[in-house]
Amino acid sequence: MSGHEWLDEEAGPVVRAFWLTGGRTASDNRTDLDLMTLVVRTPEPVYGSLLLSPEHEAILDLAHQPLTVAEVASALDLAVGVVRVLLGDLLNDRRITVRRPSSVARFPTTRIIEEVIHGLQAL
Amino acid sequence: MDSRPSEAELAVKILVAGGFGAGKTTMVASVSEMRPLRTEEQLTERSIGVDDLEGVERKTTTTVAMDFGRITLRTGLVLYLFGTPGQDRFWFMWDELAEGALGAVVLVDTRRLADCFASIDYFERRGLPFIIGVNTFEGAKPYTPEDIRIALDLDPEIPVINCDARSRESTRQVLITLMGHVMTAMARR
Repeated sequence: MSGHEWLDEEAGPVVRAFWLTGGRTASDNRTDLDLMTLVVRTPEPVYGSLLLSPEHEAILDLAHQPLTVAEVASALDLAVGVVRVLLGDLLNDRRITVRRPSSVARFPTTRIIEEVIHGLQAL
Repeated sequence: MDSRPSEAELAVKILVAGGFGAGKTTMVASVSEMRPLRTEEQLTERSIGVDDLEGVERKTTTTVAMDFGRITLRTGLVLYLFGTPGQDRFWFMWDELAEGALGAVVLVDTRRLADCFASIDYFERRGLPFIIGVNTFEGAKPYTPEDIRIALDLDPEIPVINCDARSRESTRQVLITLMGHVMTAMARR
């Protein structure tokens, strides 16, 4: 790991975190899971081949309603990188589906920004 | 059952940047409707030298990953707040965080003004609209926004406002100011 100066002792237990994924730091599923991607459990029962770990089960419990990748990591108190690998497993097994919300930054309009301001004023 | 939309979900992504200890975690937590996501690490004696705690009181943990907050503005329109890592060795995360961001707040601690230079440079280079929030710390010498603007060599159109990162009302005002600035920046393009 030399050459990665951020992977020092203070950077945290990088290796230990990935114990949960069997050492995998990336999923073979190539779906883009950015922090705001919404995850939701597949409604029908799935009889996949994946042997579910307690962490997989915990994600499925959470994802009965759509929630973001960042929220999954928050709720499970796991590093986002680890959560991405676990979500990749569940995607491969078709136990979850994902969708990306449209980013307002991509097509910003005055109307939407005004709506955001009004929403903030009403908080 | 609530009417959760399956279509037309809009996400507004805002970054909260600034130096180590400037109040990013506090600001995100002050308005978020969910438990903030963050990965924190106890500062050990060994890391104190690395993180340079001079001028930062009572801060015993440091953010090594990110802060994350959510504000639902209406069904189908959600604002996400992302705090950026406050230490240089986490710069590699910035590009992912900035991807799809609409704007940014740079929090400034006037006792350690230079700590925010890197964030300002980054957003200027990226062309991402940002405003300066001067977080008021007890015991810090008060400066006017104009003093700060000169010290940071900012363009005149960039808003500089005083704020209290602990206050939900103050943070809300910061976000409203940022949205106004985003709108101005859009009009100029």
